[in-house]
Amino acid sequence: MKKKADVVIIGGGINGCSLAYNLAKKKVNVIVVEKNYLSSGATGACGAGIRQQWSTIENTRLAIESVKIFEKLSKELDQDIEFRQGGYLIAVHDEKEMIQAEKNVAMQRSLGLKVDILDVSEINNIVPILDVKGMKVIGATFCPTDGHANPFKTNFAYAYAARRNGVEIYTHTKVVGIKTNKNEIKAVETDKGFIKTNIAVNAAGIESKDIARMVNINLPLVAYRKEIMATECLEPLFEAMVISFKDGIYFSQQREGQIVGGIPIPEERSGYKTIPTFAFMRHMAKTLTRYAPILKHVNMLRHWTGFYDVTPDARPVLGETRELKGFIQCNGFSGHGFMISPMVTKILSEYIIDGKSPDILEKLNLDRFEGNKIIYEKSVVG
Amino acid sequence: MKKISIVCRCEDITEEDVINAIEDGYTDIEELRKKLRIGMGPCQGRVCIQIVAKILEKKTGKKVSNIPLPTSRPPEIPVSLGTLASDEK
Repeated sequence: MKKKADVVIIGGGINGCSLAYNLAKKKVNVIVVEKNYLSSGATGACGAGIRQQWSTIENTRLAIESVKIFEKLSKELDQDIEFRQGGYLIAVHDEKEMIQAEKNVAMQRSLGLKVDILDVSEINNIVPILDVKGMKVIGATFCPTDGHANPFKTNFAYAYAARRNGVEIYTHTKVVGIKTNKNEIKAVETDKGFIKTNIAVNAAGIESKDIARMVNINLPLVAYRKEIMATECLEPLFEAMVISFKDGIYFSQQREGQIVGGIPIPEERSGYKTIPTFAFMRHMAKTLTRYAPILKHVNMLRHWTGFYDVTPDARPVLGETRELKGFIQCNGFSGHGFMISPMVTKILSEYIIDGKSPDILEKLNLDRFEGNKIIYEKSVVG
Repeated sequence: MKKISIVCRCEDITEEDVINAIEDGYTDIEELRKKLRIGMGPCQGRVCIQIVAKILEKKTGKKVSNIPLPTSRPPEIPVSLGTLASDEK
């Protein structure tokens, strides 16, 4: 194991590996430490969606810029990440949701996104298998450039490209402490030895809270257990991801043909429990067959759990902490870390290399929670 | 003709695919699963996982008994969404 690095990244998920790649491309000496295996946390459990339709300007901008990077990523990393743009169809169920949808669409369009509000009659043009009566919708919003990529393959492709640029990735290696001196990072201590560094990036998903606690910083993250399922593979039926904020459901068909989707169990909120439940299978099957009755003949093969690392405003915590120099946060993604990771890690790498701190990084700093005014991201699903 | 050994019948993954992936650095059974879709088909790994563990042992020297199996993900057998959604007893 190497004893020294310019930057130590804690966490081998999508954000840790893409940040490592972005830094190494600019000749920064990076070590990634992962407690388990690559993509063993939220990345490996995620729903694969890439969405630009958000309610806050920061998330929308991060997502639009990320899609531009995703479009060229297979070529850049020299591995197929299975990126495809079938759009996101967001169900709108009532007048109240429509008012919010109109507000969101106006803001998204002002940032240059192509997004439309659809009538009920137009929904089946996008996703033919939907039963608009069963869904109880009055319309939908649709952005054709939203889409999917394979989260594992993207994670692995970034790791592969990072290694090719000189990054050392240590899996099955656990961070047990962080050494500081006069409010500066000095070293990261793992169960296999010390790594001297002045910069430590906390990209450990829900476990970022435990990492921050090692240096007495409190991250306001709460673990929300989420369940998600996959069916057997079918011929291509539809290309868009279908989501509903009201019902909490999201589902799409992946490249291999399986339908992947999730929904929260109504009676459950936060928790660390990792066991998949029967309540989920039932609630998911009931809602999914209400949305698309034709799927009742399709077999569910498996379901699994993962965690959202949820912040008080459902927006990520990014950038250097004011009280500890060199301690950089890249967590709190609240369920959408995969889809915005290309842009998030590009911005963070520019901050680490050149000290560039654009407006967006300032707005998503941990210190925003000290103020009274919280701007909530409303468009959270699952 | 080249001899081909299929390891995962659901996803058409050969022994050579597994060996190539291990040589590319995917040395964890969960990583192999996510890279190759081994164990993600209708059999959910009943046919392939033990074979993959054996190949991993051969290639990395890790004992099969020390290779953790992938997480078990219910339902244990494929069940139709219609059955799961049904209220009939």
